[in-house]
Amino acid sequence: MRLTCPHCGVRDAREFTYRGHAIALDRPAPDAGESAWDDYLHNRENPAGWTEDLWYHTPCRTWLVAERNTVTHAIRATRAASERPS
Amino acid sequence: MRYSGLRILAEGVTGNRGWRPVWRDPEPKPAYDIVIIGGGGHGLATAFYLAREHGLTNVAVLEKGYLGGGNVGRNTTIVRANYFLPGNSEFYSHSLKLWEGLEAELNYNVMHSQRGLINLFHSDGQRDAFVRRGNAMAIQGDDAILLDRDGVRRHLPYLDFDNPRFPVHGGLLHPRGGTARHDAVAWGYARGADARGVDLIQNCEVTGIDIENGRVTGVRTTRGAIMAKKVGIVVAGRSGQVAAMAGMRLPIESHILQAFVTEGLKPMIDHVVSFGMGHFYISQSDKGGLVFGGDLDFYASYAARGNLPMKEHVMEAAMTLMPAIGKAKVLRSWGGIMDMTPDGSPIIDRSPVEGLYLNCGWCYGGFKAVPGSGYAFAHLLALDRPHETAARFRLDRFRTGRGLMDEEGTGSQHNLH
Repeated sequence: MRLTCPHCGVRDAREFTYRGHAIALDRPAPDAGESAWDDYLHNRENPAGWTEDLWYHTPCRTWLVAERNTVTHAIRATRAASERPS
Repeated sequence: MRYSGLRILAEGVTGNRGWRPVWRDPEPKPAYDIVIIGGGGHGLATAFYLAREHGLTNVAVLEKGYLGGGNVGRNTTIVRANYFLPGNSEFYSHSLKLWEGLEAELNYNVMHSQRGLINLFHSDGQRDAFVRRGNAMAIQGDDAILLDRDGVRRHLPYLDFDNPRFPVHGGLLHPRGGTARHDAVAWGYARGADARGVDLIQNCEVTGIDIENGRVTGVRTTRGAIMAKKVGIVVAGRSGQVAAMAGMRLPIESHILQAFVTEGLKPMIDHVVSFGMGHFYISQSDKGGLVFGGDLDFYASYAARGNLPMKEHVMEAAMTLMPAIGKAKVLRSWGGIMDMTPDGSPIIDRSPVEGLYLNCGWCYGGFKAVPGSGYAFAHLLALDRPHETAARFRLDRFRTGRGLMDEEGTGSQHNLH
């Protein structure tokens, strides 16, 4: 599997660290309540198909979001995690 | 039909014409007291113990494919009770005791072989951790023996003891650990459940769960609607999708765990052995194949096949520990879909929907848990209260933060357990 780093281009998956679903970018407010934090930390839609997950490109220290298919491992798009989806 | 040596002999001399199908192939009835979704090891064991322990036989097991065609047929068959934390410790201890009586109880050869399991350590710190684990196992009433370097050498002479980077310092021997024939466990439980009147319905995929006023009323399937007073979801690997039919989102992310088997070799590895400095563990099947595996591929996946970096890592670890393995040819590899939870421990609990129960989140520990899980889940389904050995496998421990069982201490991330 290969991922596209927004700075370095297409790179082998070995250069990246997986951090889980991109829900990690949507941190709730500290006082959002138990259930919001439970959903953020633990509960997952966990789709068999297209998902968005968060990866870290170790050599250039960039966080990125990949639109990836969990059944085929195909990757449709990647973007820097700092860019919000349009 | 009761199996025995005499029976095999009698069939052998009469042309094997007396064997019959091991279970019926019934049409689904319109309604059952209990419907179990998932005809894998855990679901079939649940059905068996519902019938045997609680006398409940108006029960159906619904399987979308064929019995035992999921993870129970895609694992590395290891059976052990070497957990550290309260909650896991008593559960796996109970499960191992059930394993020890399983063949007599099912009248079925599951090829349970208590050949001993050795976890190797390669540093002083690792040794201290294993001393602590071994003490916890002994306190639980199970067996653990600390081996020094020479002790390991007597059991496993073929290891590279003097690897410059990862020398073998010793190991923790769990003599009652071992392996079993994975398919046979599913088949044995299926046969036992069927003989007691449970309907095992294959090629029957659940497509919806009917809920009225917060209470489950039945399921919809590719073979029609089936009413049920209680429904148990036992579909590890696919738990998220089935739970979504009931409007639930579970604390589970699915990951791939790969395994490998070589061509058949003469007996070489007598135990189950795990490397302490990389992701690699190995045993030898009765057919002679070396069966080994490693760690997750680390990213969420339902592909049931793994990627190359983890293959490479496992092979490197294998060569580091036992260079002789380099002569063997890998015959095939496969991946199982693991329900990974945020603390690495499973869930056997009620759901927020009345009458709907969950058995999921087995991470990569599901195979050895089959008897204990079926026993505890049957208890929960029948009596509506958790069995004492599984009382800590609560769904709400993640929300409340109370009672987390993070054996590896890696924190709340699904892929790190």
